[in-house]
Amino acid sequence: MTLRVKDLKVYYQTLRGDVHALDGVSFDLADGEIMGLAGESGCGKTTLGKSLIRLDGRMRHVGGTIELNGAEVPITDERAMNPLRYHEISLIPQYAMSALNPTRKIGRMINELLRARGVRPSKVADELRRRLELVGLDPDVLNRFPIELSGGMKQRVVMVMATLLDPSLLIADEATSALDVSTQRSVAESMVEFRDRGFVKSMIFVTHDISLVYQMADTVMVMYAGQVAEKGPASTIINDPQHPYTKMLIGALPEVGSTTTEARLEGIPGTPPGLLKPPTGCRFKERCPIASEECDETPPLVEIDTGHWAACWKTGR
Amino acid sequence: MWRYIGRKLGIYTITFVIAVTINWMIPRFMPGDPVRSMLNRASVSDPEALERMSDYYEGVFGVDAPLHEQYLNFWAGLLRGDLGISAWLYPEPVADIILRAVPFTLGLLLPAIILSWIVGNYVGAFAARSKVLDNTVLPVGYILTATPYMWLALLLAWALGVVGGFFPAAGGYSFALTPSFTWPFISNLLTHWFLPFLSMFIVALGGWAIGMRNMIIYELEADYSNYLQALGAPRRLIRRYAFRNAMLPQITGLAVQLGTIISGALLTEIVFNYPGLGMLILNALNNRDYFILQGAFLFVVIGVLIANFIIDIIYVLVDPRTRVQMTGGAS
Repeated sequence: MTLRVKDLKVYYQTLRGDVHALDGVSFDLADGEIMGLAGESGCGKTTLGKSLIRLDGRMRHVGGTIELNGAEVPITDERAMNPLRYHEISLIPQYAMSALNPTRKIGRMINELLRARGVRPSKVADELRRRLELVGLDPDVLNRFPIELSGGMKQRVVMVMATLLDPSLLIADEATSALDVSTQRSVAESMVEFRDRGFVKSMIFVTHDISLVYQMADTVMVMYAGQVAEKGPASTIINDPQHPYTKMLIGALPEVGSTTTEARLEGIPGTPPGLLKPPTGCRFKERCPIASEECDETPPLVEIDTGHWAACWKTGR
Repeated sequence: MWRYIGRKLGIYTITFVIAVTINWMIPRFMPGDPVRSMLNRASVSDPEALERMSDYYEGVFGVDAPLHEQYLNFWAGLLRGDLGISAWLYPEPVADIILRAVPFTLGLLLPAIILSWIVGNYVGAFAARSKVLDNTVLPVGYILTATPYMWLALLLAWALGVVGGFFPAAGGYSFALTPSFTWPFISNLLTHWFLPFLSMFIVALGGWAIGMRNMIIYELEADYSNYLQALGAPRRLIRRYAFRNAMLPQITGLAVQLGTIISGALLTEIVFNYPGLGMLILNALNNRDYFILQGAFLFVVIGVLIANFIIDIIYVLVDPRTRVQMTGGAS
């Protein structure tokens, strides 16, 4: 088991009170697993990604534990956390386009980062070039400034840079969202290849592009309003979702071969609840077509099938 | 790169020509006639003598020719380094008078501006480091920039010059000494230099420090800083990047500051009675000596253009983004 997150609670501190961005998130990530993390904007996907590597100033760890390779991840302890970063847990940020220092040549910046993390740049120089070629970049990009690269190229540079030290866990936060569809595909394929070659052990792939998740991920976790709604093998989640939210989310996607004249795509009526004072009970009940009285109590996340977890009173019975 | 410099040179040349033309025009359309003032000074009442004197002075100042010829003569003189004859300090050439004042102005301004820029940047970057420092350096910076310059300069002159007696409060050097390369004279020069320098340095310092502090904080919040932190890069590295990137707008600010060179110097030189260009301009104005005025402004224009040109080139060297845009880049 690579990663085990138990009942993780992370709140954002604001003047009006705490925003419960992550409210009791639990899941496991196996060795070699690529987990797609899907959900609407504001459901806590990015917060979860950040919580695994670095809490920013406004985020407060309220409860829960994170275990990586059997050892606890001291997420609240900045100093103890630092050795893990980059070496064990790495990140492709949401803003990969602007993640590189604009006034340093890429190669020089990578070398400076490596040296600062106690790695001799010459030791990984060959590997760096090989991996750049693997993702279809000329190693000459190392002599360029970020401004000279296209968005897709920058994305791939960041990907190679983030995985250079073979981390156990890679968090890819919307790594493909800003790219056009063809570039998206090649970046996604490179990520799978990186996993296959063992450059990264497991990966959390945050996205709201369900179809991309279906292509590359082994498992999918769907989040809703700071909690896990459902987690399971990708094909199960796409083809046979159990949680009503997942069903509606998948139902909102166009299917290949269908045209809009045959059936209008259904959206999900309503908006997610505010997380400043989250409602009690199931957080989806306001928008759920099958909600009943029992939904006033929070449904536990239960394993309804092997490796298939859902948090809904209506499933698994 | 060379094409860029060439293009910039072209633009600066055009600016220079226009500036010189305006510079030539303004005094000629200003009220006051230098020839008349010279004649008044002589107080001759014989009309024939007056006539001949008037002819003579018109010839000396070159105002007897038609305007377009005056304009061409002005350019011809300029290229020879001849800026005409002063009316106020007749018959001294304007170029000599200005060259006498220039070392004082430059000696005052360049160290004040450049040192305050360097120190201000470091103070600002340092202030962005911690809350306590920020809470002390920032208000002090605001007070310094908000202080009226005249008031601060007078305060310094009064406290350190008149009351304290550490430094002379007026003049470029003691009148008892003749300019020479001897130690007594140079040390005398330095003690006279110190107060005007200090006043300009202090006032400029606050602004630079505030600017740098804000830029550093902005850069530390930038995406690349956040990413480096997430990858566990030490603060030292992130700060180094932030400092370098925050310097870029400060360099532009320096260029602008070098452009306002004259106004700052004018006040300082008046308060401390310092014999630089500002003082010269003031005297020229009071004495309606538009030849000196013209020459002094010309010098200012040249100074500003050269300063901006140098900054343009430095900017290209330090900011790869402008460099890439300029050379077309590879992609």
